[in-house]
Amino acid sequence: MDLSAFTTAGELAPLGKQAPRWRPGLAGARHSEVFAGGREAGGAAAALALALDEAAGRLEQRSHVLWVQDAAALRLGGRPYRSGLPEPLRHRLIHVAARTPEDLLFALEEGVRCRDLAFVIGELAGNPRALDFTASRRLSLAAEKHGVPLVLVRLDAARDLSSARMRWQVRSAPSPAPQWNAFAPGRPAWHAELFRARSHAPGEWILRDDGHVLAADRIAAAPDHGDLAFAVGDRSLAAIAG
Amino acid sequence: MRLADARALCPALKTAPSDPAGDRAFLETLALWAQRWGPWSALDPPDGLLVDVSAVAHLFGGEERLLADAQAAFARRGLTARLAIAPTAGAAWALAHFGPERAILENPPRDGEGDRAQHGGGGSPHARRPTEGPLMEALANLPVAALRLDDDVLTVLRRLGLKRIGQLTTIGRDALHRRFRSRSPEANPLVRLDQLLGRLAEPLLPVVAAPDPLVQRRLMEPIRHRELLDRVLADLAADMARELENKALGARRLELGLWRVDGEVIVRRLEFAAATRAPAHICRLFADKLDAIDAGFGIELLRLRASWAEPLALAQGDIEAGVETQGTTLAECIDRLSVRLGEKAVRRPVAYASHIPERAQRWQAPLAPEPASQGELAFHQRPLKLLDRPETIAVLYATPDGFPQRFRWRGQVHEVARVEGPERIAPEWWREKSTARLRDYYRIEDGEGRRYWIYRQGLDGDGRGGPPEWFLQGLCA
Repeated sequence: MDLSAFTTAGELAPLGKQAPRWRPGLAGARHSEVFAGGREAGGAAAALALALDEAAGRLEQRSHVLWVQDAAALRLGGRPYRSGLPEPLRHRLIHVAARTPEDLLFALEEGVRCRDLAFVIGELAGNPRALDFTASRRLSLAAEKHGVPLVLVRLDAARDLSSARMRWQVRSAPSPAPQWNAFAPGRPAWHAELFRARSHAPGEWILRDDGHVLAADRIAAAPDHGDLAFAVGDRSLAAIAG
Repeated sequence: MRLADARALCPALKTAPSDPAGDRAFLETLALWAQRWGPWSALDPPDGLLVDVSAVAHLFGGEERLLADAQAAFARRGLTARLAIAPTAGAAWALAHFGPERAILENPPRDGEGDRAQHGGGGSPHARRPTEGPLMEALANLPVAALRLDDDVLTVLRRLGLKRIGQLTTIGRDALHRRFRSRSPEANPLVRLDQLLGRLAEPLLPVVAAPDPLVQRRLMEPIRHRELLDRVLADLAADMARELENKALGARRLELGLWRVDGEVIVRRLEFAAATRAPAHICRLFADKLDAIDAGFGIELLRLRASWAEPLALAQGDIEAGVETQGTTLAECIDRLSVRLGEKAVRRPVAYASHIPERAQRWQAPLAPEPASQGELAFHQRPLKLLDRPETIAVLYATPDGFPQRFRWRGQVHEVARVEGPERIAPEWWREKSTARLRDYYRIEDGEGRRYWIYRQGLDGDGRGGPPEWFLQGLCA
C-alpha cells in the first residue's frame, strides 16, 4: 500500500493549532448535525440560520431549499409555517414528509445530489437504526461531491457515531430585549456548542439572528485548561480524572 | 322542484349528481366514435351530435340502412338516440327532435348529392343551396321550437300565435324583421329559418382527435425476466423521446401497458413534476414501479403512451459538460422523491387568504405556479413551526383574561418569563358556525429561553361555551 498519498503526521500536527476558530461567514462543512431537544424549535431554527449563513452567496443561482422531516419529528415539532420562515426562504421551501427514517435518508441523499438546491435540512427524531455510520458517511460523501450543504437536526437524540464534519448541540437561549417592549420576547438567540468538528476547535457560542446575518458571541470556558480541554472533546473532565 | 319535494312525492327516487364537464367529455368521445359514419362530426351541446354523411350512405347500403346501423350501434352501448338525415344541419336537428322516428329528408333532385345529417343534423360548412320547396313542405308542420330558438323568443312567437314553422312564412319577412332585430341566430327566427332552408351558411366546428404520443414493441418471444424488460423499456423510452421531440412536447404523465401472454394487462402510471422526455430519467422512475410485476408466462407487448403532454421546446445544452452530468435538476429530484414517497409527501407551502393561522397556509405541488396573494402583514411575528393540531395546555394565570404565569405542556411545567400579546383573531363568521370562539394569541418565552405561540380560545362569559381553554399551537424560532 502506498502511504505517500496520505498526509503525514508532521503535516497534520500544526493543523490543530492553526485551525481558525469557527465564526459566522466562514465556509463551514458540507455535512453538519445539530442536536436539539424535541420540545422547542431552536434546533431547526439554528440549523436554518447556519445553513443560510453558509449558502448566503448562492441563494440566487440555486433556487430552492429542501426540508425533510420524518413522521416522528413531524409529530414532535409540527410542520414549517410559511410566514414564520426567514424572508428569503418563504418562496423557496419544498417540504418532504417522509414516513420512516429510511425514507428520510433517501430523500436527503436525493436532495443533496440535486444541483438546483441551495441546501438541505433534515429533521430526525431519536437514534433510528437506519442512521448508522455507513449511512452518515454516504451522506457526507454525496454532499461533498455535489457541493450541496446538508444540515441534519437530531431531535432528542444521543450523540452516536457519525461522519458529520461539524456537530452542534443547540438549545434556545433567552433573547435580547427588543427596543420598544422590554417585556416581549426579542429576536431569537440560541446557545450553540460545537462539540466535534474536523477543521475547527470546539467552543460555545450564543448565536443570534441579527436581521439578515448570523451573529455569534463566543462564551469562553470559565477556567481555561488549554490543551487539556481541547483533547477531551465532549467527554467530561471528571470522567478522565476518575 | 327541489329534491326534498321530489323525494316526498316519490320516496324510491334515484338521484345522481349532475356532471356537466363529464357529460361534455363523454359527448366528445362519442363524437369521435361517431366518425365511423362520416368523415367529420361536430358537437351539439348538451346532448346532440352532427355527422356529415354526404355521399357516404351507399357504403352502408342506403340511408335507411345507415340509420338502422347507427340505431343498433347506440342501442348496443345502452344509449337511446333519435336519428334523422336532412340536407341541412338545422333541418336534421328539427327532425331529430320533433320529427318522426328515423326521418329521412331526401335531397332535392337538382343537387344530386347534398348535405346529409344524422342524429341532430349535419351539413357541410360550404352550404349549397337546396331547392326550398320540398324542404319547406316537409318541415312546415313542425313546432317553432324546432328552429333552435331561445325560450323568450319562443314565448313571443307563441303569444303572436305563430306555432308552426309553416306559419312563419304566411306573414311577410319584413314583419318578422321589424320585430326580431337581433343578430344572434338563437334570438332571430328569420336567421334560423334561413339556416334551416339552407339560404344561410351555418359554420360548424368539427371534432378532431389528437392522438396521444404512443410507442410500442411487439416481442418475438415473451419475456419473463427483469433484465430483458429493462432493456425493452430503455428502447421504448428512447422511441418515446424521439416521438415527443418531433412534436416539441414533453410528457407529464406516462402509462406503460404490459400485455401478458394469457391476456392480462398490467398498467403502470408515472407523473412528472415538469414536462420531460429524458429517457434515462423515465427508465429510472419506472424501474421502481416494475419490481412487483408478475410476468406469468411472459410479456409479449409493451406500450408506452404519454396521456398528458405539455409543450417543451428544444433547449440549448450547457456549455460545460460537467454541469450537466453532475447532479440532477430540481424536477428530476422531485420526480424521484414523489415516486418513492408518494404524491402527497413532496409539497410546498403557499399563502392563502385567511386570518386563522392554520388556514392561512396551504400545500401544493412543488413546481406548480404560486397563486396570487396579497403581501403578508409584518405587524405580527409568526412561529417557525406549527403543530398539526393545537395541543391543550393546563395554565395558571393571575387574571382570567390575562396571560398565564406558568403552563404544563406534554408533562413538563414551563414558567413564563416574557410575553407579548394578546393578538386577537376573531373567528371567520363567513366560514364557521356562530358558536366558534375567538382566539387571543400570546408569544411567550419561558425561563430557559424557549419560545412558544399559545392561545386562549374564547373569553370568560362570552356565552359560547364553558370557561376558556388554552392551546399551544406553534414553536417559535
